[in-house]
Amino acid sequence: MSTPASQYRFAVNVTPKPGILDPQGRAVEKSLPHLGIRGVTGVRVGRRVELTVEAADAAAARAVVDKLAGEMLSNPLMELFVVEALDPAGPAA
Amino acid sequence: MSVRIGIVLFPGYNRDIDAVNALQVAGAEAQILWHEDTDLAGVAGILIPGGFAYGDYIRAGVIARFSPVMRAVADFAARGGPVLGICNGFQVLAEAGLVPGALLRNRGLRFVCKEVALLPEHLDTPFTREIAGRRPLRMPVAHGEGCYYADDATLDALEADGAVLWRYANDDGSVAGPDDAGNPNGSLRGIAGVRNAVGNVAGLMPHPETAVEAIIGSEDGLGIVRSLVVSAGEWSTTGRIKYTRPAGAGAAAGVSA
Repeated sequence: MSTPASQYRFAVNVTPKPGILDPQGRAVEKSLPHLGIRGVTGVRVGRRVELTVEAADAAAARAVVDKLAGEMLSNPLMELFVVEALDPAGPAA
Repeated sequence: MSVRIGIVLFPGYNRDIDAVNALQVAGAEAQILWHEDTDLAGVAGILIPGGFAYGDYIRAGVIARFSPVMRAVADFAARGGPVLGICNGFQVLAEAGLVPGALLRNRGLRFVCKEVALLPEHLDTPFTREIAGRRPLRMPVAHGEGCYYADDATLDALEADGAVLWRYANDDGSVAGPDDAGNPNGSLRGIAGVRNAVGNVAGLMPHPETAVEAIIGSEDGLGIVRSLVVSAGEWSTTGRIKYTRPAGAGAAAGVSA
């Protein structure tokens, strides 16, 4: 009998690389004065993807997330990604 | 017998019929290849047309990149067969790493649909050989993510290698830099289309396939479509395309995605 797989939940946060023009971030930044908000700079708009991975252990689950984050959820030429474990205490219910 | 070119069709595409028409105008036969196909049906060349593959979810082209047909296209390209990606097809090829660089959201944030002037940079390539001369070509663009990007070192290497095939031009014929009126999307160094290191895969954002007959506004795109057809015919009969390097020469040229 193999070890039953557990489920692990992650978030992948994708942002434009530093130095890459982010026209969405610029548009947000420029519109803030219309809300009466001033002094906000460095707005960068990215994407957050949450997902559940079934794997034997946390390390194996993490490896799957790293692979799909690097190959599909982000493009290494223009984006960076950070993986966040959503339930560090253990497998999700 | 006429040359048969495969047109890759992803869910969400809308330029496939224009591509069929363009190939017919250029004297070739079109063979539709569905995204789930794993076999290219013996075609002599590949045209990936435009549209919104898989809704452009995540990033334009990325989900299409992992479809079964793209594995077959990558094999075809690795064997030296000619592959041209137009608009979304260019985005798919870039995401797949088959041509260098990436296409970012347009600098002006808007989806841009208008006629542009496209300056062919080299006429001795598989995708420009039938273009009559180095004068600006009029054809439409229609995209939201067409801002060509690569880091400076890559751009320098591409230029040194002659891998930039087309640039956007201003009205006076000069190259349109990122902030110039002739540049629809902020593409760095005005780059509208590039080829891979071997020379048998190329992509561009403008639409030559919808500019092949005077009755639809311009026939300036026909030279590009004809170039693909001639190169495909050459590849299917001789196994080689003029103006390309032997496969695997890419690393030596120092050019990668």
